[in-house]
Amino acid sequence: MKISVQQDDFDVSAELAALRAAQVGAIVSFVGTVRDVCSDNKIEYLELEHYPGMTEKSLEEIARQARQRWDICDGVIIHRFGRLPVSAQIVLVAVASQHRASAFAACEFMMDSLKVQAPFWKKEIGADGARWVAARLADLGVMRKWN
Amino acid sequence: MNSGRTIKLRFFAGVREQVGREEEIVVLPLEIKTMGQVRNWLVGRGGVWAETFGSDSPLRVAYQHELCELDTEIHDRTTEHEIAFFPPVTGG
Repeated sequence: MKISVQQDDFDVSAELAALRAAQVGAIVSFVGTVRDVCSDNKIEYLELEHYPGMTEKSLEEIARQARQRWDICDGVIIHRFGRLPVSAQIVLVAVASQHRASAFAACEFMMDSLKVQAPFWKKEIGADGARWVAARLADLGVMRKWN
Repeated sequence: MNSGRTIKLRFFAGVREQVGREEEIVVLPLEIKTMGQVRNWLVGRGGVWAETFGSDSPLRVAYQHELCELDTEIHDRTTEHEIAFFPPVTGG
């Protein structure tokens, strides 16, 4: 499974095309993007920080768990860092499998896991200044359905 | 004889900004074994350290690049120790 932590943008079409193979019958993808409003704060861009070394290891572990739980053929996780303006792509998680059920489930599992385990932090910069985004308790609760 | 363990501490996001540094190398007494004890040791510095690490803020900790708990112990299978403190993650 391809894993990349990068500043540069990514091309979803090219990434999904790379997952196609003879035995693949389903590809499910999720793309996270920068919203312009968060908690009533009008934002201009996000500054995304991460923990080099741990981030890659954490994403590898999430991919390993997904492969262990579902019969999947391949996948990709790309997460950006640095300055990301409104509407920019932040993250891509995609999974290829023989049938759709495994791809849907594995994609959602990887995204839910990433939200609570991968060491990324978002800072919103807007007209009212800068502030760190607070973790959502709902994201922590969502992992319960996978246990 | 060794009187302590050399540990690289790293700080991220809001924690990094509060303590005003990204990382530092410290030598901690051998009695300090758990992540919670390291956190308490940082509180002992007082000032902004006590505010950052002593508060009820839900800090996360990672040892050797893996999320862990406050009762996780430092092991001696290596001499290269890295402990990181940071707020709950907000990626994706």
